[in-house]
Amino acid sequence: MQTNFSSEQLADPNTASSNQVLRTCVHCGFCTATCPTFVLLGDELDSPRGRIYLIKDMLESGRPATEEVVRHVDRCLSCLACMTTCPSGVNYMHLVDHAREYIENTYTRPWHERMLRNVLQLVLPRPALFRMAVLGARVARPVRRLIPRGSVLGDRVHAMLDLAPARLPPSSDMQSPQVHKAEGTRRGRVALLAGCAQTVLAPSINEATIRLLTRLGIEVVIARGVGCCGALTHHMGRHDPAMASARANIAGWTREIEGDGLDAILVNTSGCGTTVKDYGFMFRSEPAEWAMQAERVSALAMDISEYLATLDYVPTREAPGLRVAYHAACSLQHGQRVLTQPKALLRRAGFTVVEPLEGHLCCGSAGTYNLVQPEIAGRLRERKLANIAATKPDLIAAGNIGCITQLSGGVPVIHTVELLDWMAGGPAPVGLPAAVAVPA
Amino acid sequence: MIAQPPPKADIIARRPEIIAGLRALVPASGLISEELRLKPYETDGLPAYRQIPLAVVLPETTEQVAAVLAFCHKNGVRVVPRGAGTSLSGGALPMADSVVIGLMRMNRILDIDYGDRCATVQAGVTNIGITNAVSAEGFFYAPDPSSQLACMIGGNVGMNSGGAHCLKYGVTANNLLGLKIVTMEGDVLDIGGAHLDAAGYDWLGLMTGSEGMLAMVTEVTVRILRAPEGARAMLVAFDANETAGRAVDAIIGSGIIPVALEFMDRPAIHACEAFAHAGYPLDAEALLIIEVEGSVAEQDDLLGRIAALCEPFHPISLRVSQSAEESIAIWKGRKGAFGAVGRISPDYLCMDGTIPTGQLPFVLRRIGEMSDAYGLKVANIFHAGDGNLHPLIMFDANLAGNFEHAEAFGADILKLCVEVGGCLTGEHGVGVEKRELMRVQFTDIELDQQRRIKSAFDPDWLLNPSKVFPLVDMPVTAMPGTAMPVAA
Repeated sequence: MQTNFSSEQLADPNTASSNQVLRTCVHCGFCTATCPTFVLLGDELDSPRGRIYLIKDMLESGRPATEEVVRHVDRCLSCLACMTTCPSGVNYMHLVDHAREYIENTYTRPWHERMLRNVLQLVLPRPALFRMAVLGARVARPVRRLIPRGSVLGDRVHAMLDLAPARLPPSSDMQSPQVHKAEGTRRGRVALLAGCAQTVLAPSINEATIRLLTRLGIEVVIARGVGCCGALTHHMGRHDPAMASARANIAGWTREIEGDGLDAILVNTSGCGTTVKDYGFMFRSEPAEWAMQAERVSALAMDISEYLATLDYVPTREAPGLRVAYHAACSLQHGQRVLTQPKALLRRAGFTVVEPLEGHLCCGSAGTYNLVQPEIAGRLRERKLANIAATKPDLIAAGNIGCITQLSGGVPVIHTVELLDWMAGGPAPVGLPAAVAVPA
Repeated sequence: MIAQPPPKADIIARRPEIIAGLRALVPASGLISEELRLKPYETDGLPAYRQIPLAVVLPETTEQVAAVLAFCHKNGVRVVPRGAGTSLSGGALPMADSVVIGLMRMNRILDIDYGDRCATVQAGVTNIGITNAVSAEGFFYAPDPSSQLACMIGGNVGMNSGGAHCLKYGVTANNLLGLKIVTMEGDVLDIGGAHLDAAGYDWLGLMTGSEGMLAMVTEVTVRILRAPEGARAMLVAFDANETAGRAVDAIIGSGIIPVALEFMDRPAIHACEAFAHAGYPLDAEALLIIEVEGSVAEQDDLLGRIAALCEPFHPISLRVSQSAEESIAIWKGRKGAFGAVGRISPDYLCMDGTIPTGQLPFVLRRIGEMSDAYGLKVANIFHAGDGNLHPLIMFDANLAGNFEHAEAFGADILKLCVEVGGCLTGEHGVGVEKRELMRVQFTDIELDQQRRIKSAFDPDWLLNPSKVFPLVDMPVTAMPGTAMPVAA
């Protein structure tokens, strides 16, 4: 597609990159078909092609972002279904990341939105604070009827209270910086991103990952200094805090790479995995040393299912005869194009795997999307749950804590790795349907 | 840039009043009037042509469409219908004084009748959406334009869209049973129905391919078919475009009708392989994708006979798809072909001429020669069995004059198609893109007769008036704001 940037504009590396992305787009419109917001809202402006056009106009003009553009860019889930669909290979992710940063730098949001975003940025990446906030929400839940719905603010407070789990599992000391030794002969050494919100909401995911890997002869390092991957602030367009998070992680993992070495950097929260795999791009204009280290970290990053597929995983328990609906997290299927491994592993573990219709459509979780766009997120959740229910599953498997939280409440939703660990000798995951006779 | 009829000054002047009137007719989120938000609606699948409209409305029901049309009719406002905006001929290109009516929100399946093998859907349902709705019961909707993932059935009717599998099943017109249409005056008419043929004039035939200039389609009843027992694709590679063209002629000439017979040349093969990883032969100059269907024995027999017909042309490789996954990848690449060309060129113009298959070798050679003369590369991807060519002329819109150069090259290709006994468009429609070439195909008398039909439905030429007919022939452009007299 034709673009109109001056040579001064193109001197900025972000603009130069976006120009390349826009030049690749031929405006064919295929992306509209698989975009969740276009499917729901039926407006070109809420489709990838429409957003690309709005972003193009905003960047070319050099004007500050306006409310109209922000409204439609904000509605984007960053599910990246458009990138799976695009025949031309348009990197929408890098374009929308740039647009979000441009918006953050040139547009002043209403006070309540700024406050909400500040609170999310402060709380979610910090497990201790997040734990306190969830407990606070539990206290507030009984009085939520007093908060009126119908206003932007009221609806968002409700969204947060609705999403906060009714109770929190106890914290786990397996997730703090340490080395988990391999059982038997060591066959590999990996780092695991313990994550931030996940360590509070479901420490069982990291525990299962560590048990399963060490049992398979893999040494697992929780590297010192590694914390939130930075996706949260990155998707808010907040460049500096996102880079600070990424930098801390790159430094932590580089110490391990240059110390005892790493075969892979594993991520079991696929939303984070997409971002870690993009560190190389995020640091492309940083000093050479950082750019090289970021590139190396991204090259080593793998989803847990990608890595497990390279090992000889064998179940030790008798197949429980459970029907598992595999929910493909967008960050896995679109962001990282990890399509077959989780399903193949679940089948190998002895589950009957079924795939719901419209598997390409986002469930509405999308990081903090369900908190900032509760209406659209809610409609996507209902649609997803209806498609899943039609497969009549005993449980739902997913590889991303965001989706697990978003879809919970009905059929049990369990992380893929917990199911794999269970079948290979680990404890039965919490939340299995009561009727399931758990094999000893 | 294509010329547009001059906007009506009185309409532009009354813009606030017109927008206020429209606001009362559709839900609040269904009216777009700020310039910044109108911009993404300035173009469709042919982004070289652009024009910001007066306003966009997104109705949700036939009643709302009727109300908007009646309002525009009363106020003399021009209207441009829009579906998914995937037109490659600028079919949804707005005018500055026009209201775009987008049907994307009318995306519901209304009725499926497996006994009578038909489905009624709203115009904004995607082409693949119909097949998806009936596939669990073993049915499908046959016409499959390459943009079937995104393009909408209302637009398919407007352009009489085809697709790879139309060689066997026919195009939209052959799979259509009924329509609900709204005239420019706002009257709602049902034509045809869940039965074959209809009494009186063939309104369905008239509406199909009328490019949104006679009425707006809001509901469509289509024939759905029982899916075949099985299907298999074969890839046959050749060392020259012309040789592949001769093989196509031999297959079609033998009387065999494969369900699809598609052609890709070297640039297309490489671009599509990068997208779909289908295992296309990268050493080939030209590739035929030939699909047959039926029982396994039937498939084996047909593939064997087709392979024998290709033999005299010395194919450099011949591979039969071994699995459903392989076939999916083969078709994913072919159907994403136009977009995939975005990987090797920032812009392209997609031509849509149709020729007798016997002329394929000659026309392919001439296109190659013209490509050298114009200094512009071409990727050829097309429905070879139907003789429906899609040369994609690659250019760079950021280079001054490059687009106009590509347009001239395209016009020469289409003139060649007409010269050898073919026509300007197979399935993309005339739109604005081929408007000025209509004289190459038709005499003045023929064009006059077609304009009379337009005038019978829409005497004021308000409904999508800047399409199909050469601009100089439009009295509407000479007398803006006045009714167009029927051409004498």
